[in-house]
Amino acid sequence: MLEINTNIEKPYTPTPPLGGRGGVIETIDLTKCFGNFTAVDHISFSVEKGEIFGFLGANGAGKTTAMRMLCGLSKPTAGQGFVAGYDIARQPEQVKKNIGYMSQKFSLYEDLTVKENMRLFAGIYGVKENLILPKIDETLSKLGLTAEANTLVKKLPLGWKQKLSFSVAIFHEPQIVFLDEPTGGVDPITRRQFWKMIYEAAERGITVFVTTHYMDEAEYCRRVSIMVDGRIDALDTPANLRAQFHAENMDEVFTKLARKATRIES
Amino acid sequence: MKQFFAFIKKEFYHIFRDIRTMLLIIGIPVAQILIIGFAVSTDVKHVKTAIYDPSHDTSTRQIIQRLGAGEYFDIIRILQSPGEIDDLFKKGEIGFAVVFSENFAGNLYHTAGIAGQARNDNAASIQLIADASDPNQGTVATAYASNIISGYQQELMQQQSIPLMIIPEVQMLYNPSMRSSYNFVPGLMGLIFILICAMMTSIAIVREKETGTMEVLLASPVKPVYIIVAKMTPYFILSWVNLIIILLISVYVLRVPIAGNLVWLNVFSLIFILVALSLGLLISTLVNTQMAALLASGMGLMMPIMILSGMLFPIESMPKALQWFSCIVPARWYISGVRKIMIEGASVRYILTEMAVLIGMFIAILTISLKNFKTRLA
Repeated sequence: MLEINTNIEKPYTPTPPLGGRGGVIETIDLTKCFGNFTAVDHISFSVEKGEIFGFLGANGAGKTTAMRMLCGLSKPTAGQGFVAGYDIARQPEQVKKNIGYMSQKFSLYEDLTVKENMRLFAGIYGVKENLILPKIDETLSKLGLTAEANTLVKKLPLGWKQKLSFSVAIFHEPQIVFLDEPTGGVDPITRRQFWKMIYEAAERGITVFVTTHYMDEAEYCRRVSIMVDGRIDALDTPANLRAQFHAENMDEVFTKLARKATRIES
Repeated sequence: MKQFFAFIKKEFYHIFRDIRTMLLIIGIPVAQILIIGFAVSTDVKHVKTAIYDPSHDTSTRQIIQRLGAGEYFDIIRILQSPGEIDDLFKKGEIGFAVVFSENFAGNLYHTAGIAGQARNDNAASIQLIADASDPNQGTVATAYASNIISGYQQELMQQQSIPLMIIPEVQMLYNPSMRSSYNFVPGLMGLIFILICAMMTSIAIVREKETGTMEVLLASPVKPVYIIVAKMTPYFILSWVNLIIILLISVYVLRVPIAGNLVWLNVFSLIFILVALSLGLLISTLVNTQMAALLASGMGLMMPIMILSGMLFPIESMPKALQWFSCIVPARWYISGVRKIMIEGASVRYILTEMAVLIGMFIAILTISLKNFKTRLA
C-alpha cells in the first residue's frame, strides 16, 4: 500500500452534491449501445474544475467506452455530454482541442526522441511556436530528463516513459486531462511520483479524469465513481463511500459493488 | 498546415530510423529489377550445342560457322556418330544438337534447282534436336537455329538469282532482340509500387493502431484526413524516387529504352501509385495487426498481380472468366499502359482507357476506405 505524501495531498473538502450545470464535465443520461448491448447505461455525473475524479469499474463495466465518448472518440447513442462546455456529440473538434489524453497503452512514438515527441504533440495541439522550446526545456528539467532530450523514447525505462507521456498530455495546458490506467505496470515509487505530478496539474487548475485498477490510488482522488454493468452505482468522496458501504478501504467498497455485476467481461 | 508538416516529418523519421523499412523501400525494387532483369531471364543464350556433320562440305561448314557466331549457341562438341547425342543430352552436357544429312551440299543444290518440288529422300536436311524439358528454352533455341539456317538458305537462293523470289523477313516489333526485360520491366513496376505503397502504407497505419498511438492521434484535434494524407505522403514521394531508380536501371543497365513520352509515363505511374496507396489504406481499415496487413497485401494483392496482371502470363491466353476477373486487378491496366507508352512508344491517347480505369479505381477505393475509417471511429 502506498502512503500518501502529505505535502502534496490536496486538502479535500467534502462538498457533494457538486455540479449542477457548472462542471467542466457534465453528462446527462449518457448512453452507448453496440447493437443490443448497452455498454454505457444512462450515466449522469458532473466534474468540477481542478478536481481529481476517479473513474472506477471492473473490466467490461463500460469505463473505457464512457471515456471514449467524453474524448470525442465515439458518439453517444443517447443522452448528452458536455466537456469544457462543448457538446461531445456536436462539437467533438472543440472538445478535442481542450483536453489531453493519455491512453492505456504507452502512446508516444518510440522511434522519435523525447524532444521530437514533445514538439510533435505541441504542434498537433497548436501550441504557439515561440512557446514550444522554452516549455520543452522547462518540462524536461522538471522531469529531470534534460540530458535525455535527444534520446529515443524506446531507450527510456517504463516509469520515465509514463511520466513523459503525462507531461506530453498536459503540455498544451488543457482544461481536462483524461488518463486511462496511467500507472499500469509501474513500480510503487514511480507511481507516487506520478501522482505527485497529477496533484501539481490539478493545482494549476487542470481537471484530472482518471481510471485505475489500483484501489489505493482511488483514495488519492477527490471523488470516485464506480461503474457496474454500464451504470454508475456509487459516486462520492472516498471517505463517504467507505462510510456508506461500511468498509475499511476502497478495495472493500469496490469488491462489494463489483460483486453485483452480472455482465461477463467483454 | 503546420500540423500537417509536423506529421509528414514524423512519418519520415519513422521510415529513416527503421533500417528494415528503408531496405524494403529502396533495396527490394533494385534487387528485384536486377535479379529479374538478368538472372531470371527467358532469353536463350549460350546454349551448349553438339554437331554431327557427316557431309563435311562448304554449306555445312558455313551453317556451323553461323550457328556458332552469335551468342545463342556455344558449339562444344563435333560428334563422330549420331549415337553419342542421346548420351550427351542425358548427362546434361548439351542442350541442343544439330545433325546434318549426308551429302548435304550436293542435295541442297540439287533440290534448290527444282523450284516448288516436294522434298524427297535426297533433300538436304538438318535435324534440330533440343532439350525440351524446359519447353521455353527448347522452342526458342530451335527458332533461333531455324532462323539462322533459313537465312543462309535465302542467301543461297539470291545467289542463284531465281527471279520473283519472295523473301520473308521476320521482324520482331518493339523488342527486336526479343529480350525478356522488355516484358519484365513494366510488370515489375506494377509489382513494386503495390509492394511499396500498399504494403508499407497499410503496415505503417496498422502499426499505429497496434502501439495505441492512433488512439492518441484521434483524440487530438488533428483531422483524420490529415493523419491519412500525412501517412501516405512519404510513401508517395519514395515511390516516385523508386520510379526514377527503376527507369534509370532499366535504361542504363538493362538497356530497355523509354520509347514514349517520359512526362506521361511519370503521370501515368503516379496515378497508379495513388491507387496502390489507397489500397493500402483500405487494407489498414480492415485489419488490426501488422501481420494481418502483411498477409492481406501479400495474398490479396501480390498474388493476383503475379498471376492475373499479364506480368508473367499473357491475359489473352487465359480462360474468359479469368480475363474478366483480371479487369479488377489495377496492375493489369498499369502494366498494359506502361507497355504501350514505354516500350511501344505510343502517345498518350492510346492509354486513355487505362488511365480512366485507374483514376476510377482510385476514387472508388479511396471513398470506400475513408468511409470505413470514419465508421470505425463512431
